[in-house]
Amino acid sequence: MAESLEVKERESVVVRFSGDSGDGMQLAGNIFSTVSATVGNSISTFPDYPADIRAPQGSLTGVSGFQVHIGAGQVFTPGDQCDVLVAMNAAALKTQYRFAKPGAAIIIDTDSFGPKDLEKADFKTEDYLGEMNIDPDRVIACPLTTMVKDCLKDSGMDVKSIMKCRNMFALGLVCWLFDRDIDIAFNYLKEKFAKKPGVAEANIRVIQAGYDYGHNTHSSVANVYRIETKNKVPGRYMDITGNKATAYGFIAAAEKAGLKLYLGSYPITPATDVLHELSKHKSLGVTTVQCEDEIAGCASSVGASFAGALAVTSTSGPGLCLKSEAMNLAVIMELPLVVLDVQRGGPATGLPTKSEQTDLLQALFGRNGESPMPVMAAMSPIDCFDAAYEASKVALEHMTPVVLLTDAYVANGSGAFKLPDLSEYPAINPPYVPEELKGTWTPYMRAENGTRYWAVPGREGFTHILGGLEKDDKTGAISTNPENHDLMTRKRAQKIANIPVPDLEVLGDKDDAELLIVGFGGTYGHLRAAMDEMRQAGKKVAMAHFRYINPLPKNTVEVLTKYPKVVVAEQNMGQLSGWLRMKVDGFVPAQYNEVKGQPFKVAELVEAFSLLINK
Amino acid sequence: MAYSASDYKKGQPRWCPGCGDHFFLASLHKAMAEIGVAPQDIAVISGIGCSSRLPHYMATYGMNTIHGRAAAIATGCKVANPNLTVWQISGDGDGLAIGGNHFIHANRRNIDLNMILLNNRIYGLTKGQYSPTSPRGFVSKSSPYGTVEDPFRPAELCFGARGHFFARAVATDAPGTIDVLKKAYAHKGSSVCEILQNCVIFNNGTHDSVYDKAGRAKNAIYVEHGKPLVFGENNEFGLVQEGFGLKVVEIGKDGITMDDILVHDAHCQDNTLQLKLALMGDGDGFPVALGVIRDVDAPTYNDAVEAQIEEVKAKKPYHSFAELLETNDIWEVK
Repeated sequence: MAESLEVKERESVVVRFSGDSGDGMQLAGNIFSTVSATVGNSISTFPDYPADIRAPQGSLTGVSGFQVHIGAGQVFTPGDQCDVLVAMNAAALKTQYRFAKPGAAIIIDTDSFGPKDLEKADFKTEDYLGEMNIDPDRVIACPLTTMVKDCLKDSGMDVKSIMKCRNMFALGLVCWLFDRDIDIAFNYLKEKFAKKPGVAEANIRVIQAGYDYGHNTHSSVANVYRIETKNKVPGRYMDITGNKATAYGFIAAAEKAGLKLYLGSYPITPATDVLHELSKHKSLGVTTVQCEDEIAGCASSVGASFAGALAVTSTSGPGLCLKSEAMNLAVIMELPLVVLDVQRGGPATGLPTKSEQTDLLQALFGRNGESPMPVMAAMSPIDCFDAAYEASKVALEHMTPVVLLTDAYVANGSGAFKLPDLSEYPAINPPYVPEELKGTWTPYMRAENGTRYWAVPGREGFTHILGGLEKDDKTGAISTNPENHDLMTRKRAQKIANIPVPDLEVLGDKDDAELLIVGFGGTYGHLRAAMDEMRQAGKKVAMAHFRYINPLPKNTVEVLTKYPKVVVAEQNMGQLSGWLRMKVDGFVPAQYNEVKGQPFKVAELVEAFSLLINK
Repeated sequence: MAYSASDYKKGQPRWCPGCGDHFFLASLHKAMAEIGVAPQDIAVISGIGCSSRLPHYMATYGMNTIHGRAAAIATGCKVANPNLTVWQISGDGDGLAIGGNHFIHANRRNIDLNMILLNNRIYGLTKGQYSPTSPRGFVSKSSPYGTVEDPFRPAELCFGARGHFFARAVATDAPGTIDVLKKAYAHKGSSVCEILQNCVIFNNGTHDSVYDKAGRAKNAIYVEHGKPLVFGENNEFGLVQEGFGLKVVEIGKDGITMDDILVHDAHCQDNTLQLKLALMGDGDGFPVALGVIRDVDAPTYNDAVEAQIEEVKAKKPYHSFAELLETNDIWEVK
């Protein structure tokens, strides 16, 4: 037991809430993130869902986790390991302890460590702490269930409803530990349960009880943490997941372009939330069709695009395989389409709830014929908004399907999203066929940048037939002429090559780095955190992160050939590295590859990259 | 504005001389002129196959897409732009084999598509393999000893998918074809028209019993809603219900009068007798039913989508992206 209470200032702290799937850990985590973000801390979160559909209660496979990293300055990842672990039952402690830092505070509900609970969690003895080598001094062991029942005994609620409030006790305790203003949590609950004031009231009482418990006992840990706020960017914020931000990006792009948003989709983890989100917004005219299969999801989107909508199809890896045929149809018909691939572990069904970057080469090459297609990758949950907006803009303005890659980590993770002002976003101007071309227009006539004009059905004087067969460049009729096919193949490639892409930005020691760290998409935060840590330790390191993978930024060769050592770090076996080697003569980078389904660990990156420098 | 068939016509068809697709195309041009929807408000969408070349001969908007996906592509087209009249053209391979899943789901959803199924019971473009409508035992390049599988009967699939419109015509029968096309257009929802069409090269004669006028007079029955089901060169035969099935009777014989003859009800929700009509003529002593066999009103998917959008617009307080943002839990950092 701690002798006295010490308030510790910390730059950043990681908290992991864990418990049974039914214990409400995601909600507790979300509220804690919001409370922290409201006071101006930066946040990065990562929910870790169990893969089992309905694992038995209290079982090892049924544990659900939610990790949040809060920082005084900017935080880039949800953190490798946590400073505080909340384990609502024995199974959670068993499976989640490996995410705790040495010396982390552990909060457990002793009421959930009975003989049966221990048995389900594979403990051999009643000394579960001893079995796991956990120092009891670091544990806040409280009879949490008993206290929640006691707190709500006169509420008139049934036992089941009372048990649902256990997560709020843990939340209250964590709020005390971090000296958080629980009024913010109260307001959150009042709004969330506006239609069920009884539920809001009960939850609020339990949070207060948890907070008071910490306060009155000073609990069993030595300190209360304080995360001050630095570098605040004033503004209005909301918490947003990557999938929601992606959906919002599409909505914003459709509004900006003045088009109907159409989503053809088929449910697939971890992309389904995009379908869920867009399905809600009929009041914005968003049309979603849950199709009979992935093929129809993409094919119907091609139909919608032909009809004049901003067409999107969303999926994950296995679905991308099925969409490739219709994506190719959009390539040859030169119609706008955004294909969202929320990458997960593969091959085949693989690891549906886990994260990888293993679809990059499929996105670039996974189609028959010469099939050039822009490929982009979002860097963070927040960046999903801009990435979806930009992918839509590229598709509409260059009359091409675009693959937007995110991944399970980015899609499910969240961050504080500064509300965007759409008027500050660039206009989206599709190349509608000019009226004066009536009479002389043919379907493959191109604007100056090589883009085919768009004649949307309904316009008089521009009727035409598109299709999957090669067409004559001049007349638009079916053609098997060898010269023409060669020409059309080159024109389609040139059109994609002409797409303007922002230059690669080099961060860190851009002039004298010994090592350049290269990555793409969702690993940005981890690579950035690794670079920052190495630089703080006095090493000369820079990083360049790809958002646009096809076409590559114009300064790619210059950046990749400037530094003595380059490492390409990615969550696959070297797909970006291979693509860059294909595009940059003589480029032979070191590789850091990992396919564990989990985000990178910053500490492991730092170790590996430091070895590279010292080699 | 009045249109003529030539307003919908484009190019020179490249099908084999004598192919049933030529006859159908001419009827489609005429039907479109009679319907009178402007060419720019029409999208003709096909998959791959001989018959799927059809959009290239239309002066409308259109797409000759990829194998089997016409129904799915047409679905997106219609839902995204309900003002378009959408005709989906498929053969039996495109529509019922590789595209079978999309065919049944377009019917189930009841998207307002005019779905044309040109059935020649063969793969023509790939030069002569059996199709999902080829009869058991059919000898083809890919079944030299005869197929060992039963065919689909398109009406069964359509009805099994809860389709609300099914009609049949023979490609060479222009008035019959134009009639079902006009009725398919008039029907709101997915309308399946099975067009019996001959492949002169790989499956010549497959529909011989009804392919010319004389054959139809003997072997076909034109069904029309509200009219008695009679057929024969002098309408001397009729259909009556017997037990769980239908029976052919001769009018004036064995005391049978016109009053005994079953009257066609295409609007009947219960499709039992409609299905019996649709399945007749498979060498079973019954005539082949031509015309509109089923035509039942039902809410269409695309109308329901539009109605739901209007309903939600009226109910939800946000109608722009900026307003959508405001529906979230927002905090302010000062």
